[in-house]
Amino acid sequence: DGSDDHEEGSAVENEETGKGTDKGRKRATPRTRRAHPRGRDRHGDEEDEDDEEGTRRAGHRRHRSRRRGRAAGNEASDSDMEPAKARKNQANQKSKEDDGEEEDEKGGKSGKGKNEKKGDKKTDKKGKKEKANKKKKDKKKSGSGSDSESEEEPITEEELAKLKEEVEEKKKLIATLRNKPWKMKKKLSVLKEAQLFVEKFEGALGKGKGKKFYAYKVMMTKKWMKFQRDFENFKTACIPWEMKIKEIESHFGSSVASYFIFLRWMYGINMILFGLTFGLVMVPEALMGKPYGSLPRKTVPRAEEATAMNFATLWDFSGFAQYSVLFYGYYNNQRTIGWLKFRMPLSYFLVGVGSIGYSFMIVTRTMAKNANDDGGGDDTSFNFSWKMFTSWDYLIGNPETADNKFASITTSFKEAIVEEQESRKEENIHLTRFLRVLANFLALCTLAGSGYLIFFVVRRSQQFALEGLENYGWWERNEVNTVMSLLGMFCPTLFDVISSLENYHPRIALRWQLGRIFALFLGNLYTFIIALMDEINLKARYLFSFTLEEEKIVKYNMTIWEASLYNGTIPENSTAPPIQVDPADVPRGPCWETMVGQEFVRLTVSDMMTTYITILIGDFLRAVFVRFFNYCWCWDLEYGFPSYSEFDISGNVLGLIFNQGMIWMGSFYAPCLPAINVFRLHTSMYLQCWAVMCCNVPQERVFKASRSNNFYMAMLLFILFLSTLPAVYTIVSIPPSFDCGPFSGKTRMFEVISETLEHDFPSWFGKVFGYASNPGLILPFILLMVLSLYYLNATSKSYKEANLELKKKLQ
Amino acid sequence: QDCTFFTRKEILRLHGRYHEMAPNVVPMDYTKDPDVKLPMQLIINMPELKENPFKERIVESFSEDGEGSLSFNDFVDMFSVLSEMAPRELKAIYAFKIYDFNTDNFICKADLEKTLNKLTREELTAEEITLVCEKVIEEADMDGDGKLGFADFENMISKAPDFLRYF
Repeated sequence: DGSDDHEEGSAVENEETGKGTDKGRKRATPRTRRAHPRGRDRHGDEEDEDDEEGTRRAGHRRHRSRRRGRAAGNEASDSDMEPAKARKNQANQKSKEDDGEEEDEKGGKSGKGKNEKKGDKKTDKKGKKEKANKKKKDKKKSGSGSDSESEEEPITEEELAKLKEEVEEKKKLIATLRNKPWKMKKKLSVLKEAQLFVEKFEGALGKGKGKKFYAYKVMMTKKWMKFQRDFENFKTACIPWEMKIKEIESHFGSSVASYFIFLRWMYGINMILFGLTFGLVMVPEALMGKPYGSLPRKTVPRAEEATAMNFATLWDFSGFAQYSVLFYGYYNNQRTIGWLKFRMPLSYFLVGVGSIGYSFMIVTRTMAKNANDDGGGDDTSFNFSWKMFTSWDYLIGNPETADNKFASITTSFKEAIVEEQESRKEENIHLTRFLRVLANFLALCTLAGSGYLIFFVVRRSQQFALEGLENYGWWERNEVNTVMSLLGMFCPTLFDVISSLENYHPRIALRWQLGRIFALFLGNLYTFIIALMDEINLKARYLFSFTLEEEKIVKYNMTIWEASLYNGTIPENSTAPPIQVDPADVPRGPCWETMVGQEFVRLTVSDMMTTYITILIGDFLRAVFVRFFNYCWCWDLEYGFPSYSEFDISGNVLGLIFNQGMIWMGSFYAPCLPAINVFRLHTSMYLQCWAVMCCNVPQERVFKASRSNNFYMAMLLFILFLSTLPAVYTIVSIPPSFDCGPFSGKTRMFEVISETLEHDFPSWFGKVFGYASNPGLILPFILLMVLSLYYLNATSKSYKEANLELKKKLQ
Repeated sequence: QDCTFFTRKEILRLHGRYHEMAPNVVPMDYTKDPDVKLPMQLIINMPELKENPFKERIVESFSEDGEGSLSFNDFVDMFSVLSEMAPRELKAIYAFKIYDFNTDNFICKADLEKTLNKLTREELTAEEITLVCEKVIEEADMDGDGKLGFADFENMISKAPDFLRYF
């Protein structure tokens, strides 16, 4: 230990070259003095002065840091330093005199005491250096140094202990000073007092260890918090359309905003579906497949060639558009294409199945997540108080944001008020019940009426088709689509009127509305599909009876026709070189998949057009009309009929959901559907955001959307299930067309899997697969899944109950 | 530095901002502990405070003389409490002071009404305002005296999830 001290002492001495060895030694000795064990009886002055010196050194670091920064807020401490420095100098001088005695004391050190101080010494060193620099400056100031310190009397053990306690308290006070709610002046004076006290008596308790380390820790924590905040900001900035939606939310409330959030989520799903179909199906075929015109299925037939590039035909998705990567019929059934040996049919099949699987997964996952959020419960205690005291964000500095925030606070208050009013309403039960029954009855009538209308129209269109479409004008040709769209437009408003009879809480009324419109659309879709299936069945029946024959006929036609080119050299033609025939001239077989795909695409496009036109006419023109004609009209247009329109949440949500159903159904037959949908959602987002802010007014009774969107999700799931049924049915039972598509030539579409298993995987794999698909194995597996479902359900219920119990206890 | 949650650098930066607001009054050198106060008008024009509906109350509750003029000490104190490092209890104490418009150490109905009006920029009707204020007192007043004492306020705010995020 002695050598240690010497080293440190010498280190200090090296700094203090200008000061002479005396001072250097002096500095060494006080430190060793401090190494003395605690609680030892001290000799009067020297110990005290040493202790003061020691504590002053500790206090110095604090003083130092504040002083260096010229922290104006702590200017008081500056005044502290003068007397402290003076005292220190005195102490040093005194210690000079007492050198001799201390050497003796040094000998009596106990090792334990020294060890305790080792840590101090290290931190001490830095403090020492600072102090050393200051000493250089202050040497001149030391002045006469009258002895301001009174001589202390020897202290007994008890007093020592009491003193220790008090010093601890003061230290704690200093540490927690920033947490106290006092005015700054008070804090500063208290700080001064406490620090003085601590300095005076700290000797026995050692110095503030690790002050530097603490400062470092605080700095790191701050940096980390800042980093976290920046990262959060970045993440929020990455979410598309976030600002728009926030704006809408603050003006229109959370229910309208929930529609847009739903739209954004759908957009995300469609992007992924688009990525799958585009990347794995369309691009490989376009890049590596045989180009347009090389195969009969890839070229426009000669008969249609004249009109193939007309805009009208393209809009109708026939002509050139039909014979392209956009539709099923274009794809070749070659097992592998290109130099990558990309397995096109397999990829087509897997992408189809995969997109459906992915959609299921993500819808269920979102439902589960929402269920979790909801499980937290609607904390209704202190609702209003929290709104009042915690809704303003103190960090807002931008006037626009402030405007939005004001609007949103107002809206949220209004929402809460509506909730409150609803809960206070008294009901006349009988009248309400009667009205509700009446309303339901009316709704049922409407549904039945619309179902019948669609059926009727579809029948008529079949008749038209049989008689040849060219004889009829535009209306007859597009009758089905237009009728469906019109129904979709007017029935919801009818339902709205009906629901005003019912007098429900707005959120519940919304749910009824959604339910009815859902039934409406479902009925429409169902009738539409039946009609479509009828058509397909009709054609399929023809196909079934004709398929083999037709194949033969067509092939026969082809050979004859080829032969006619050769002018007579028929018989030997089995091994003749393939004749260069322009594929456009080759007669084609029917291709029902492409037809189905086309139907879906047409429906989607017409739906899109209808929505846009409805928005433009229904909302925008109406708003313009009300705004400008209000001056010259008899009654007040803005308050009476027609006034500005409100945003129709239910109609839009359902439109979105059903549109998605179409996409899911049709994307197997027309890989271009997700792309079209992405485009549609993108534009519709901008258009609707603009329309909402510009032409709509907030609903009068703004209500809070139920925090979970599970109602929408449940509907979506149901639709998803329904839309995958037709595709699955066709994959499994209907044979693909022999002349077009990636599965042509097979008896069933899923045979591509078995083919792949045979060719591309080692043989044992095929065997394993064969065993696994044995019904004897599948049934127990299904049983196991059912059991685990039941078990998980039971546990989740019990958890929820436990949760509620705990919450009650907390209250 | 011990009295606030700021580091040396931040305190210096604050001093810079304080100086900016009135360069001819505020000295750069604080070693002589000058007694300089800035009036409320200057402070509430700071961009951080300008949009806040409670800016006058904030400045008043930190000012020593209660009039709203802040010395540099008070200035630093104010920002220290509003910073994200201040603990919840401290913020709750100051929040109570801010929302107590008539400084009687109770948040009475009139205080609530004033708060609400400031929050919604007077967009709500009178009955809506009364309804909300009644609800607040109903929810938070534990001792039944018709106004919120500090204990009630603290009890209510300590359960609020958003308080630390926004204050």
